[in-house]
Amino acid sequence: MKSDKIIYINDRPIVWDGETNVLALARKAHVEIPTFCYHSELSVYGACRMCLVEIEGRGLGPTCSRSNDCKLRDLSTKLGIDKVRYRKTRQPKAMDMMSDCLVRDPNKCVLCGDCVRFCTEVQGIGAIDFAHRGEGVVVTPAYGKSLAQVDCVNCGQCAAVCPTGAIVVKSQIEQVWQQVHNKQKTVVAQVAPAVRVALGEMFNLPSGEITTGKMVTALRMIGFDKVFDTSFAADLTVIEEANELLTRKTKGENLPIFTSCCPAWVKFAEQSYPQLLNNLSSCRSPQQMFGSLAKARLPQLLGVAKEEICVVAIMPCTAKKYEANRKEFTTDGIADVDFVLTTQELGKMIKEAGIDFNSLELESMDLPMGFATGAGVIFGNSGGVSEAVLRYAADKLQIPMPESIVLQEVRGSSGIREAQIETSVGTLRMAVVHGLKNAALLADKIVNGTAQYDVIEVMACPGGCIGGAGQPIISESDTRQQRTRALYNADKIMPLHRAQDNPFIDEIYQTLLHEPNSHKAHEMLHTQYRSRKRIEDEEISFSAPSKEDRCKIRVCIGTSCFLRGAQEILAATLKTVEDNAWHNRFDIAATFCTEQCDLGPTIVINGEVIHRARLEDVKARIQTEASLREK
Amino acid sequence: MDSPNNAARSFNKVIEILDRYDRSETKIIPILQAVQEEYRYLPQEVLTFVATSLNVSPARLYGVATFYSHFSLEPKGKHILKMCDGTACHVRGSSDVIDALREKLGLSDKKITTDDMLFTFETVSCLGACGLAPVLVVDEAIHGQVTPEIALQLLDEIVQKEQDNA
Repeated sequence: MKSDKIIYINDRPIVWDGETNVLALARKAHVEIPTFCYHSELSVYGACRMCLVEIEGRGLGPTCSRSNDCKLRDLSTKLGIDKVRYRKTRQPKAMDMMSDCLVRDPNKCVLCGDCVRFCTEVQGIGAIDFAHRGEGVVVTPAYGKSLAQVDCVNCGQCAAVCPTGAIVVKSQIEQVWQQVHNKQKTVVAQVAPAVRVALGEMFNLPSGEITTGKMVTALRMIGFDKVFDTSFAADLTVIEEANELLTRKTKGENLPIFTSCCPAWVKFAEQSYPQLLNNLSSCRSPQQMFGSLAKARLPQLLGVAKEEICVVAIMPCTAKKYEANRKEFTTDGIADVDFVLTTQELGKMIKEAGIDFNSLELESMDLPMGFATGAGVIFGNSGGVSEAVLRYAADKLQIPMPESIVLQEVRGSSGIREAQIETSVGTLRMAVVHGLKNAALLADKIVNGTAQYDVIEVMACPGGCIGGAGQPIISESDTRQQRTRALYNADKIMPLHRAQDNPFIDEIYQTLLHEPNSHKAHEMLHTQYRSRKRIEDEEISFSAPSKEDRCKIRVCIGTSCFLRGAQEILAATLKTVEDNAWHNRFDIAATFCTEQCDLGPTIVINGEVIHRARLEDVKARIQTEASLREK
Repeated sequence: MDSPNNAARSFNKVIEILDRYDRSETKIIPILQAVQEEYRYLPQEVLTFVATSLNVSPARLYGVATFYSHFSLEPKGKHILKMCDGTACHVRGSSDVIDALREKLGLSDKKITTDDMLFTFETVSCLGACGLAPVLVVDEAIHGQVTPEIALQLLDEIVQKEQDNA
């Protein structure tokens, strides 16, 4: 063996075998080096400065690039640190409590940058970054605003990677306990598919163990009156979305269809791809379909008033908290979904209730909304929605189906996967992506016409919902794969695998919705999207304040309007006003986004919104308004 | 913001600046410098516009803008006074000048601009003119060997000029 392949760590020889950093070598030598800032999917960074090693002849150097679970508390326990020797010298900083999903406590932040890198490198958003310098450095959204006021999509992955709890999920445990203890209320749970393959991790069970039965028992012990399955609503989503796809494919319009189950992706699209909003499936997510159906049907089914039903969703996801609060998901002033708990929050409630989870007997979910097929269950995996839709559409489109009805084409773990499937209406071009940066790559290609697809499934989190930020913190590198496998296994052991075979879904169509995509279905199960500002801020005023009654002109200079010529219109407007000295007749400002990007350039003149504004029309309108204000 | 026409001109100037630097992310600093020259500070709305144009996140641009003390996110006063508090100036008595100016203007290390937006008073670390210590820069003019009395007199002169022009 050549001696240049040997590296000595603590005097013990270690064979170098292509390891790219000292930390990896040290691990191989069973030498543990404490570190905070390594995450396998993020870049090598070396910021937390905990992992100093001495390289002989070179002095100290950071190797902060590898660590699997590097939580502050673990380390302090391991290192025997039970008191802090340093006095607090800094003024406490304000916490950010405004977001529906996340709480940010800058006082706990150690500036490791994990959250910043996840948001930028995996999600391609960069909603938070370092600001200021030296002792004053903080991780913050732009302009020191709240996460609720910027382009954060609430995916929560910043909280999942944070080693010190400086960003955590906003808990609704207290509120749910209150509901559960309120005798007036009938509290029903809907549990998302991905929860059942991860909850066990909270109780030291191996990742990927399917704990559906125990989870149901625990929920009943906590005090939930009924336990239902979000997968039931996912079956419904499959049918609605597949029919939407079939209609669009036949007519050749609004293709590709983007899936709309992931609320982080939906908000991202609203902020960054307003021109693609017509391509998003109009289907609500399974969580919201469930809520809408539950509030409509359960009062009669259970014999209680609608106001007394409380729907609690248990989700692997933090963005679902935001989704439940969207005002379009309120019917007659009552929210369709009242509270959203993450898998972790449910685990905590089970512990708080003193339940010995591992020794529980198994129970099954309640009928009818607790009955799902495997199609609704695999929704939790990236590629699952696509596979479920294909299983439904197979008969109608003469897609050859293997007997196992497993479609390997859409399975896998890479960030962007593609499949082409021959059907009776032509080739179905599909793409499955996870991570919003990957989604943006595809969306850009769609916008500039360099790629053609019929269906694009987007999930914001790595691996889909099983990798959601509401799931127990991942401590092993293969945890996600184990959860994915478990969810496919959960599908295998179910009696039915295709959404259309669910008898209770059939019953809903018979008695309530009549047929897929019907008027009633649209009312209850579909939604609309709107363009959304990235950052809440003020307009740029071009006019001095005045008490005079002036004609108010607002020109949108958001990216989309800007590209469509808003700049020329603004310049011409300003020039006309200046040339004629009409400053006392017009109050002009540029706004960043009127949130109607697909119809740009957008100009608002005296409250009247003008879409697709043309220069000549605006000029004419200014003349008219000016003459009205002739002095 | 100054007169409406200037605001419009400034905004058109921002677009020119962005074009001049090819809307390139690698030219963030010269772009911010040019924008600040135009507005005398970096208004938040303009920063968001610049971020969108450069295809970087507003949080990232905010990080750059707050890293360098040269950039200001707050509007600055009409007249800018910069007192050097580097080692040489410090040992030659800059602290007394700083205290005197702050007291006169009703400012502190946190509040650096007067309510009437006439003055901004900042300290800087070194102007490289240690031979003249302590150094006070009033707008573009450099004054050496400044005492509290001299500084207050310079201030009075500006106030007087402003009153005469009003």
